Amino acid sequence: MTRVRDVFATRMGIIIVGLVLGGIAASLQKLGNPENMGVCVACFTRDVAGALGLHRAGIVQYLRPEIPAFCLGAFAAALVFGEFRPRTGSAPIQRFLLGMFAIIGALVFLGCPWRAMLRLAGGDWNAILGIIGLVAGIAVGVWFLRIGFSLGRSHPARLPVGLATPLVMVVLLLLAIFSFQAGEGAALFRSKSGPGAQAAPIIVSIAAGLIIGFLAQRTRFCTVGGIRDVILMRDTHLLSGLLAFLIAAFVMNLIYGQFHPGFMRTAADGAAVSQPAAHTEHWLNFGGMALAGLSFCLAGGCPGRQIFLSGEGDGDAAMFFFGMLTGAALAHNFLMVGTQPLAPWAVILGLIIVFIIGLTGRSRPALAR
Amino acid sequence: MTDAEKVDARGLSCPQPAFMTRRALEAAGGGVVHVLVDTRTQVQNCARAGEQLGWSVSFDEADGTFELAFRK
Repeated sequence: MTRVRDVFATRMGIIIVGLVLGGIAASLQKLGNPENMGVCVACFTRDVAGALGLHRAGIVQYLRPEIPAFCLGAFAAALVFGEFRPRTGSAPIQRFLLGMFAIIGALVFLGCPWRAMLRLAGGDWNAILGIIGLVAGIAVGVWFLRIGFSLGRSHPARLPVGLATPLVMVVLLLLAIFSFQAGEGAALFRSKSGPGAQAAPIIVSIAAGLIIGFLAQRTRFCTVGGIRDVILMRDTHLLSGLLAFLIAAFVMNLIYGQFHPGFMRTAADGAAVSQPAAHTEHWLNFGGMALAGLSFCLAGGCPGRQIFLSGEGDGDAAMFFFGMLTGAALAHNFLMVGTQPLAPWAVILGLIIVFIIGLTGRSRPALAR
Repeated sequence: MTDAEKVDARGLSCPQPAFMTRRALEAAGGGVVHVLVDTRTQVQNCARAGEQLGWSVSFDEADGTFELAFRK
């Protein structure tokens, strides 16, 4: 018999890694990343889409090196520990669509589950509505799982299938490192103001991304799984990592002077201003994250987890990531972000489509193949 | 061996392997239950599900398939 788990897979392991990840996120903000955003996977994927010219929202275009570094850190961990295993074939198109609608929902709230925690840790009370929505969406996803929802089995695949996404990420990382310019007014696009112009030093971002990817691959850290497992199986293992992430970010924000509680902030001249990259439309905060939570739950994990899995050679998780990249671009191009005109319609349409994916993905749980 | 005592969760996404394990163990109540998975992540997830219900677990690996044996 072989040992079931190493130190990373213990409760203490995931708590320590949650603390490290939360500390890194708050520290990246201190070093220049956007406030209450730290390592938001949805926001940064959206920034990457902008840098590549997939959308033209000028304030959110930057090839965030954290995103490829997440994947490559997980890739390294999978190689070192013998867990790199090319696989695919589990409903890739459904996963692509779930990735699209997960990020469309997340961008209505203005953040993925990682940022929901980081916004709460920074005192942005609008995150509470988002987290309630996230839990509601995951609860509906759990209901689908209970009645037999499944995207089907993946199967072992050839080496190029597993290497494709890490290689794409290497290219993205090289483009970021060399600030590649195709020509005047062309890709890579880079924001001159707004969140896309705020960034920690690139070497710090890369190192942070690699460390997060490595540790998250080992511990299976998953922000959606943390909530899902409690509802489905009363298993608090992943939740303890998520709470550690929240607490570490909160404590570090206090230390750095980055905690500003309220639905709004008070500017130096006494005027009420919005929290960073946030809005106070409670129903949109709730609804956007409900759509995101349901989509992440049906796809088997949060946006970070999908990137880490793609580093392990999971071609289906990679499809989810490329769906997110596409969805982020569509969200901005079709004015579906935050309180933009089509945001409520995006949530409603997204919920309808994801419900259809849920209902048509039902099968009796196969206990034997 | 009956179907209820052998769970094939190979290739399935989270949380299905752990959830299927949990359902199978609850249905069996005791004895020996075997679960097949194909990643170490799912070995850990399924083992945790079993241990929560008071089952002991061991596993073997062959050709990329892990076979967990739950006993109670």
